[in-house]
Amino acid sequence: MFDKLSLSLIPLLPLLSFLLLGLFGRKMFKHFSGIIGTGALLASAGLSLSTAYNYFFVSGKVDGVYQKITALKITWLEFSPGVSIDIGILLDPISVMMLVVVTFVSLMVHIYSLGYMKGEERFSTYYAFLGLFTFSMLGLVISSNIFQIYIFWELVGVSSFLLIGYYFDKPSAVAAAKKAFIVTRFADLGFLIGILILSFNAHTLDFETLIQRLTDPNSEYMRSAIAPAFLGFSSLTWGLVLVFIGGAGKSAMFPLHIWLPDAMEGPTPVSALIHAATMVVAGVFLVARLFPVFAISCPGALELVAYTGALSALFAGIIACTQTDIKRVLAYSTMSQIGYMMFALGVSGYGDESGLGYMASMFHLFTHAMFKALLFLGAGAVIHYVHSNEMNDMGGLRKHMPVTHITFLIACLAIAGFPFLSGFFSKEEILLAAFHHNKLIYAIGLITSGITAFYMFRLYFSIFWNAPSPLERAGGEAAHGEHHGEGGAAMMLPLIILALGAVFAGYIPFSRLVTSDGKPFETALHVIFSIAPVTLALIGILIALRFYKTQNDLPEKISSSLSGFYRSAYHKFYMDEIYLFITQKVIFNLLAKPAAWFDKTIVDGFINRLGTSSEKVSEEIKSLQSGQVQQYAAWFLAGAIGLGIIFIYMLTLN
Amino acid sequence: MTGIGLTHILVVSIALFFIGVYGFLTRRNMIMMLMSIELILNSVNLNFIAFNKYLWANKMDGLFFTIFIIAIAAAEAAVAIAIIINLYRSHKSIDVEDASDLKF
Repeated sequence: MFDKLSLSLIPLLPLLSFLLLGLFGRKMFKHFSGIIGTGALLASAGLSLSTAYNYFFVSGKVDGVYQKITALKITWLEFSPGVSIDIGILLDPISVMMLVVVTFVSLMVHIYSLGYMKGEERFSTYYAFLGLFTFSMLGLVISSNIFQIYIFWELVGVSSFLLIGYYFDKPSAVAAAKKAFIVTRFADLGFLIGILILSFNAHTLDFETLIQRLTDPNSEYMRSAIAPAFLGFSSLTWGLVLVFIGGAGKSAMFPLHIWLPDAMEGPTPVSALIHAATMVVAGVFLVARLFPVFAISCPGALELVAYTGALSALFAGIIACTQTDIKRVLAYSTMSQIGYMMFALGVSGYGDESGLGYMASMFHLFTHAMFKALLFLGAGAVIHYVHSNEMNDMGGLRKHMPVTHITFLIACLAIAGFPFLSGFFSKEEILLAAFHHNKLIYAIGLITSGITAFYMFRLYFSIFWNAPSPLERAGGEAAHGEHHGEGGAAMMLPLIILALGAVFAGYIPFSRLVTSDGKPFETALHVIFSIAPVTLALIGILIALRFYKTQNDLPEKISSSLSGFYRSAYHKFYMDEIYLFITQKVIFNLLAKPAAWFDKTIVDGFINRLGTSSEKVSEEIKSLQSGQVQQYAAWFLAGAIGLGIIFIYMLTLN
Repeated sequence: MTGIGLTHILVVSIALFFIGVYGFLTRRNMIMMLMSIELILNSVNLNFIAFNKYLWANKMDGLFFTIFIIAIAAAEAAVAIAIIINLYRSHKSIDVEDASDLKF
């Protein structure tokens, strides 16, 4: 079956690399730390690939159904017999798939960073943090119970915080790190409450037992869970919605997305790893993990997932069209694509063919990890070359960086859904699932796919075609020189490997591997159905071609004709401002200030009054302590006689 | 006349007690105050003996208490005189009104 040791080594190797590099990296192996981190991850990736092979093709399938296998279970904290927190490894199609995605993308990023981060002062620290992140993410995907997932969930939050704030001498990076941490932490509060509600209802933390108890309509757990509890909704609905809020925070769903664009302050490979391929899909993974509960017991919560996803996809797509920072464009594109995955889950049913959306969502997660990591790494190569994030500083780079150019083009085509590249297949499945379930969401998805094609090719043409950048013209060729074109082998190799992934990942028969209930089914490509999205994507590409391939004034004309809308999209629909307004004006004035007043005047006031009044009283009576012993004795005598009189009086009364 | 009874002894004891108290409160000389305390203690001793003799003649508890008090009074006198001597060394006086440093 599965070797416990090698399974546990998958997350533990990156942890080891984190400990080694974090404790001794800066002093002992300043120059080898990249190699050590990459080596550890290479081993880990190899182990996950063999695990995946073993699971999917050798021992995971029993009677044609992929089993959920608890490969390892350790009781970690035992409160009383039966009530304990476990640490375990759960293998099922999605966790095995995520193992492969995480280790593969992380390996690519490790290799890429060898070139990209070369010569950084805190090189070892960087690799230590990457190791910590990879460990946490791997721990998250193999979690066998809902509390373990929460622990690792917070750990990925911390490592994301550390990596966004990697350039801690830059105030904007520090602010972005704090923002990312606080926003996701706020959402995690929902997640925690959701965990408490769900596990309270199911009397267990273990995923398998929890899902089984909360999907069986005849179980006693279920009966108490679906009884209306608060504001007319059942506690099950509340639990699932709160868990989804946690997922939405991590996955940057509207309206908790505000941290993701700012998180681009981190080093670009980090954005590729954490904020594109792995951590941000944790929310999707979480919903997928609890999917049977969502789909069978609480379709209402699933509707919420669907609409949030669809709204985020469209919303982020529109903003992405107006941004000029290339990493921000990619960040909004990520948000948009995660929106796709979310609404694919939202429109899915449970079991067999109706679980198409679930399969499509996981499929898209997989292909998206490939091409979005590629896009970010390509953008990183461009930034490495130009030393700027702004689109206006770029242009005409195709001659200088041929490899980056070609791989970037492949990724753009893949994300746009160009036929026979990976994004095409997964997006078709998503749209098909949406079409069968909800026409409105289908329409949003369709429009968004056109927008996606437009903004990705806007990015592509602005970087690699268009007129040479002002920087270029001023500095001329000599400024960069020939040796500073592409970033070197360490940076090109991951680009090429990921480009292969972006092309061929779509040919993996996902419906036979990853399904909602573990039973494989067949999907066919409906050619007629794919006409609409492909046409829209082509239109988007053509518009971008017309606008941005050569320098012209069309984009400005269009943007000025749409001035109001354009400006609000450029300012991200003022979401940050709304948040600031709510926190600083509404919450500060209506909640924080009264609370502060109450604390200062009532609570502190009472204690202070107590202090001053006892001081006053003691000031009055302190002259009694005169130092004259005989005076004391006289008082004592008076007291004794007084007590004596009282006692005698009381005794004679009876 | 029936001879000396409990009441007679108690009257003597009370007189002794209040003479002691009066002396303690009015004398300024610490040696005199110490002697007043001895008077108070002796009045208590007298009480114990008298009650023991007239009420529980077959028991000896009162006698034991008295012996204890005498022993402790001796120790107390030694300690008190040591304190007074030290006080005299630092204050050059054994007037209790001069030793009023311990106040607010």
